[in-house]
Amino acid sequence: MFYGVDLTSRLMLGTAQYPSPAVLLEAIEASGAEIITVSLRREGAAGAAFRNILSESRCRLLPNTAGCHTTREAVTTARMAREVFGTSWIKLEVIGHADTLQPDPFALVEAARVLCAEGFEVFPYTTEDLIVGEKLLEAGCKVLMPWGAPIGSGQGLRNPEGLRTMRAHFTGIPLVVDAGIGAPSQAAQAMEMGLDAILLNTAVAKAVDPAAMARAFGRAIQAGREAFEAGLMPRRDMACASTPVFGLAELV
Amino acid sequence: MRIDLNGEVIRTQALTLADLLSEQGFDAPCVATALNGDFIARSMRDATRLDEGMKVEVLSPMQGG
Repeated sequence: MFYGVDLTSRLMLGTAQYPSPAVLLEAIEASGAEIITVSLRREGAAGAAFRNILSESRCRLLPNTAGCHTTREAVTTARMAREVFGTSWIKLEVIGHADTLQPDPFALVEAARVLCAEGFEVFPYTTEDLIVGEKLLEAGCKVLMPWGAPIGSGQGLRNPEGLRTMRAHFTGIPLVVDAGIGAPSQAAQAMEMGLDAILLNTAVAKAVDPAAMARAFGRAIQAGREAFEAGLMPRRDMACASTPVFGLAELV
Repeated sequence: MRIDLNGEVIRTQALTLADLLSEQGFDAPCVATALNGDFIARSMRDATRLDEGMKVEVLSPMQGG
């Protein structure tokens, strides 16, 4: 599914903002996720406990470039991440605005070009813009990660039609909805549309019971995928009786 | 000399990046380093000399979304 790696789970889970390392570990296990996202920061108080989790978890790591606002910062962060995490995978975020956390598509494409040329396997956090998507593929990306809504907002799919168009346009390219998902139903909606996977963090980490929410997301994503594969019925504007009219009694 | 280490100005006796990591007690195999905004690979730390006022970042694996 991603850069030649086949996965069972279509949920990718962020590791930030959990009440404790133990809860994080429970949530990872309950979610069924096989990919977790991580970052690079100056050493903090919880660093050692977190690294223990990384060594315990059997998940593949996807380091991010969160917080980078320029191509240079993102490229340097990616190079540092490749060395320290021992993976060429990089979730490339180049943030364009501090309030919206909207990606800067120009710097994103530039950074993707540099990193793909250096052998990175880039997961770009992008918008639903088709031309930006094409430029990212030209740069060497083999997956696109359009946002659902602004990071951490929990608004769900702000532009479902845009995502639907993206799905139709990029046949065969794995598409991951990254950011903005707040509820399992929203994740299921994206999966029913044929998107390939969901990356989320806050909706699980900030739930009252993160492990239970992680399990709910895992199931919703699986249900949404099965629905997509089963083929949804076409939508109708008018009612259409499901019980046959033939053989209806005359009771008046 | 004085350098900027992870956003704080410190005094150091270290002449190379590798010396600095050991002087400051970092677990060298578990961190990634950058000097003035450029990545410095582990294999280059010994050969990377420090100068007055340089900005060093030493980063560790952390939680992320």
